[in-house]
Amino acid sequence: MARGKLYFKHEDCKGCALCVEFCPQKILALDKENINPKGYNLIKVLEPERCIACAFCAIMCPDSVITVERVPA
Amino acid sequence: MKTIVYQKSKGLTDAQLSYCPGCTHGIVHKLVSEALVELDVLDKAVGIASVGCSVLSYNFFNCDMVQAAHGRACAVATGIKRARPEAIVFSYQGDGDLASIGIAETIHAANRGENLTVIFINNAIYGMTGGQMAPTTLLGQKTTTSPLGRDSKLHGLPIRIAEIFSEIPRAVFVERVSVHNPRAVRNAKKAILKAFRNQIEARGFSLVEVLSTCPVNWGMTPVEALRWVEQEMMAYYPVKTFRDGDADEKA
Repeated sequence: MARGKLYFKHEDCKGCALCVEFCPQKILALDKENINPKGYNLIKVLEPERCIACAFCAIMCPDSVITVERVPA
Repeated sequence: MKTIVYQKSKGLTDAQLSYCPGCTHGIVHKLVSEALVELDVLDKAVGIASVGCSVLSYNFFNCDMVQAAHGRACAVATGIKRARPEAIVFSYQGDGDLASIGIAETIHAANRGENLTVIFINNAIYGMTGGQMAPTTLLGQKTTTSPLGRDSKLHGLPIRIAEIFSEIPRAVFVERVSVHNPRAVRNAKKAILKAFRNQIEARGFSLVEVLSTCPVNWGMTPVEALRWVEQEMMAYYPVKTFRDGDADEKA
């Protein structure tokens, strides 16, 4: 099964966490310890190896922060 | 081999969106720009920005943009389309703009059967000016100008724009969509693609109403706002295709 790799353009993120909500694998979370220049919490990938490249996070991101890449398993 | 599954649309500029966190304007911007790129019309697209939160959308769409006076987007779009029939002209309007001050311009553009694409964002509130009651505000919904909730005796009933336009013979495509989950976003994209394809094929006036959120003025988190769309808004504003066919020219 193919896996996914996520790239975040953190400076555009507003920490709305819609990606966290809609990730079916529940591997995204708000990073409470790091903020971007706007002062919003960053998004972190808790278990990158479980990403399935479904791109639900990127589809729901209003600010086009996320790029999703599919890599062969 | 690595393949990119999803990346920022080339139909959007590098500018950061000015919308609040979690506002679904951003999702609809992505869908419109992706549709223009997929149909290969980005270089001849002309967008009309409305007044409201989306007033700055001329900074975000990577095509020619005009900013119209409040509510007049469809009148401006008519002029551009008639002067430059080869251009793909769309207006991007909120409910304060289209459903309130601009309802006359929009209805008459549809009645004339102008070959336009109208993207209508219904978030049941005036966002930019600070959360006042809009024509689309739901009954009982609290806003800064209806602090006890919208009362039908005092304020009338919420206006169902898609239903109104579906009765206009020359509105060839009228659909209401939502963007409250990934599946709904995919369906919304299909509707927006269809609305632009209609214009490319010179079929006539297409309107897509998108149920959207305003987390800040609704006083909710972005996730709560999407649930509110699903539970409250979709109960009053059914998501479906109201009209899809040819213009009805019978007198």
